[in-house]
Amino acid sequence: MLLISCPWCGPREENEFRYGGEAALAPTPDLDDKELARRLFVRSAPAGPLLERWYHAHGCRRWFPLVRDTMTHELTAPPEAES
Amino acid sequence: MTRVEHAWANPAHLWRNPEPKPSYDVVVVGGGLHGLATAYYLARNHGLTNVAVVERGWLGNGNAVRNTTVVRSNYLRDESMALYEHALRLWPGLSAELDHDVLFDPRGVLNLAHGRHDALTLKRQLAANQAAGIDAEWLEPADLASFCPILNLAPDVRFPVVGAALQRRGGIARHDAVVFAFARAADRLGVDLLQGCEVTGFDIENNRVRGVVTTRGRIGAGRVGLVGAGRSKLLAAMAGFELPIQPSPLQALVSEVLDQVLDTVVMSGAVHVYLSQAHKGELVMGAGRDPYTSYAQRGSFHILEWQLQAVLELFPILSRAHLLRTWGGIVDVAPDASPIIGLTPIDDLFINCGWGTGGFKATPGSGWVFASTLAAGVPDPLVVPFSLDRFETGALIDEHGSAAVAH
Ligand SMILES: Cc1cc2nc3c(=O)[nH]c(=O)nc-3n(C[C@H](O)[C@H](O)[C@H](O)COP(=O)(O)OP(=O)(O)OC[C@H]3O[C@@H](n4cnc5c(N)ncnc54)[C@H](O)[C@@H]3O)c2cc1C
Ligand SMILES: [Zn+2]
Repeated sequence: MLLISCPWCGPREENEFRYGGEAALAPTPDLDDKELARRLFVRSAPAGPLLERWYHAHGCRRWFPLVRDTMTHELTAPPEAES
Repeated sequence: MTRVEHAWANPAHLWRNPEPKPSYDVVVVGGGLHGLATAYYLARNHGLTNVAVVERGWLGNGNAVRNTTVVRSNYLRDESMALYEHALRLWPGLSAELDHDVLFDPRGVLNLAHGRHDALTLKRQLAANQAAGIDAEWLEPADLASFCPILNLAPDVRFPVVGAALQRRGGIARHDAVVFAFARAADRLGVDLLQGCEVTGFDIENNRVRGVVTTRGRIGAGRVGLVGAGRSKLLAAMAGFELPIQPSPLQALVSEVLDQVLDTVVMSGAVHVYLSQAHKGELVMGAGRDPYTSYAQRGSFHILEWQLQAVLELFPILSRAHLLRTWGGIVDVAPDASPIIGLTPIDDLFINCGWGTGGFKATPGSGWVFASTLAAGVPDPLVVPFSLDRFETGALIDEHGSAAVAH
């Protein structure tokens, strides 16, 4: 089980959270079919650090960003600009 | 020789361990079940024997030997039923054809309903199956009491069982035997199985693939087929295109060896677990994925705890069984929970991925249709609906209902 640091509540067990997937997706005005398919269905999955969103469902019920390494599951705080 | 090198320098009586040739007519990337089956059918059905399977580790190190071996064809959509049924029809003849016992055992697969909505959903699926000529039966609780005596049919549990859909021709097989069987048969027909050979890049000229760059050197190829399961997304990125695939962990567990108590496969989408008993006696269990993107081949413990709670709800008789092992594999799931098979944006580069949590059952069928796709250079009729561009056209093949907990 991951030990996830909620910026509001501190370190809590993973089963208090919901996974929100890749973070920082750009807003999407006027897309053609190809771009729309990409926006809807393609998320990045690098073999390494991934900026993603988590939701503290059984806690403060707030969304927050985290960086998680997809090879090791190591969690780190996101860069300043993202939080 | 280090231990790691030794792992893929298997004894020659299993299969040859050849040096890579400078080039092949077809290079199959990924020595799992689908890659090996593809190579076998390229040789057997199409007479193409100048073929290599390139595998980064040893054959079958990925999901091939991490899955829980459920075989069935009772999906919901016509396109899926055609594809999975094609595979299911090949299973009974595999052991004889490949001259290696894969222990295919059509002991039936039960899908439990735990309420009115569950029952309606399963009956809808059952009707779709029957209309397509796929066997499907509805069992009432009284039938279940004799079909699966250890199942808890008490009416006062939190989610009482109200019935079940049964596919009698479904069942289980032995996963590592399937790897061995296809590997040996492909090798006998002249296919080079190149282990410890990781693809690190592609040689692409004027948007046409010319070969693969590997840890054992460049290997030229007329056509290349990507069959990388959990790592498909990384392979596609190396070739310069994106896949709408999310890799995430799927865990499974086995108990200690017990006397035979369960002679069918039981799945419950609502209580969230499935269970079968291996021929050797271990109970084999699994459920849904861990939610996050990962390549780490392990998941979180609370997911296993939930699975075991569900097992005990359905089978109180197992409350004293000991757990022996748990593990995880990385499954490649597409947004509609259906595989992606066929053309890529690169000429002569083909893909077969997105089997996610349910590709074991498809092994012979997947190999068959991908071989025909690679041999002809155009998608086999059965895989046309499973093209990568369906995410642009919107012709999705939604199988989340048949593929989330049930595998
Ligand atoms: C826990 C679990 C339970 C499952 N249960 C079931 C079930 O009950 N029924 C069912 O039908 N399905 C089930 N599945 C799904 C099934 O295992 C997969 O869909 C299927 O095995 C995928 O095909 P494969 O065997 O070819 O994949 P893999 O065996 O994963 O093959 C992919 C291969 O590609 C190789 N590769 C990757 N990248 C490279 C590279 N760059 N260069 C060279 N080689 C590379 C890998 O090393 C690997 O050997 C389960 C999966 C898991 C993890
Ligand atoms: Zn919180």
